[in-house]
Amino acid sequence: MNLLTSTWVLFLKYWPVFLEGLIATLKTAAIVVVFGTLVGAILAMLKQIRFKPLSLFLTFMINFLRGTPLLLQLFFFYLAFPSIVGFDLSTEFCIILALIVNSSAYVAEIFRAGIQAVDSGQYEAASSLGMSEFHRMTRIILPQAIKNILPALGNEFVMMIKETSLSSTFFMSDIMTSFQVVKSNSFLVLEPLIIIAIIYFTLTTVFSSLVKLLETRLSVSD
Amino acid sequence: MTNENTPILEVQNLKKNFGSLQVLKGIDEIIHKGEVLTIIGPSGSGKSTFLRCLNLLETPTSGDIIFEGITLNKDTKVNLQKHRQKIGMVFQHFNVFPHLSALQNITITPVVEKKYSKQEAEGIAMDLLKQVGLDDKADQYPRKLSGGQKQRLAIVRALAMKPDVMLFDEPTSALDPEMVKDVLNVIRDLANSGMTIVIVTHEMGFAKEISSRVLFMDDGLIAESGSPETIFNHPTHPRTQEFLAQVL
Repeated sequence: MNLLTSTWVLFLKYWPVFLEGLIATLKTAAIVVVFGTLVGAILAMLKQIRFKPLSLFLTFMINFLRGTPLLLQLFFFYLAFPSIVGFDLSTEFCIILALIVNSSAYVAEIFRAGIQAVDSGQYEAASSLGMSEFHRMTRIILPQAIKNILPALGNEFVMMIKETSLSSTFFMSDIMTSFQVVKSNSFLVLEPLIIIAIIYFTLTTVFSSLVKLLETRLSVSD
Repeated sequence: MTNENTPILEVQNLKKNFGSLQVLKGIDEIIHKGEVLTIIGPSGSGKSTFLRCLNLLETPTSGDIIFEGITLNKDTKVNLQKHRQKIGMVFQHFNVFPHLSALQNITITPVVEKKYSKQEAEGIAMDLLKQVGLDDKADQYPRKLSGGQKQRLAIVRALAMKPDVMLFDEPTSALDPEMVKDVLNVIRDLANSGMTIVIVTHEMGFAKEISSRVLFMDDGLIAESGSPETIFNHPTHPRTQEFLAQVL
């Protein structure tokens, strides 16, 4: 009872800090989900092109991104990347770029599996009708693939939302950063942790439900 | 419309290997406009591979596929997509698009590739659906259709592209027996309308009835070619005699 009261009191005092963190997380997550999915889908389609050097390179890059810690990649983009490209890049830009690059590797693998699961007869039928390579992919294969991969994609989106918390390591505005701020101002640990856990859990639950809803909507044809 | 002397598809010394296995061993054939050509033969004789080479779903290992005077498989500048629009194909397993309604299955390619307006394409599609008795299924998704309905849909989907020739790859092999007749009736109507047809089938009675010419394939080669009367009643090649004795 005591803990509940102190958590509530803390929340009433610091809610603008948490709100600011929530808004920042939502912004980052939205950008990462949209661009991560887009880049991932493009990578998966590029891998379908029968050009050995390209597909070998993409396979290696995707495996490398999946096989090294995200925190390592964040440090690379935060510390090394700006000097490599020779531009003065903001922390936000570098961190969000790293998150997009990382998530696109996972999304690419999900899309590849989805594309390969579509019956080859679909591709042949579209070819025999005289559809262009592009339309075969966008009108016939991808719509069927996306329906199959939606559950896996939904999981990946939830992962992306949670992984934005790593940006607090670089003092970027974020729910996790709000926790750090409140913690050092109030000298409390458990109460702000409870608050941000509730925020994260609500966020991912709402998001999962939205994906579920989309799955039901898309399954009208089967 | 039917000019028996105009070649529509010419096949010259066609060979196809899958790895070390040679499936087609040198096929020469000329298919004329208006012909209804049936290809029969034992399993593994290369019938389907031969058919799939005609629209380059299989790339020939060597030899030429000449469609309406243009060699499809040699020059990379040939717009294969445009030529394939003139070569309709119907598959054993229908391959209708499950995420599209019956109507959309037909309209999608004319709309995205031939730049038909939606209304124009839907008008053509509805006429075609009516012809094969599926106009009441226009808004249904394929999962609600029977095998025979799916195959009739697949046929009119190909016809919507206004092809000059139709290829049928065992169109009734995956159907329940009571569905076969409906599909064969559609193909028969198509043959009677003067469409050039190449069909791989195991329906010998149907082949005998609708064909203007029959090819018997064995072991990657055309063993015998002739009128249905000749092939079915007076086959000369021992392999043809043997095969027909078993299936008839």
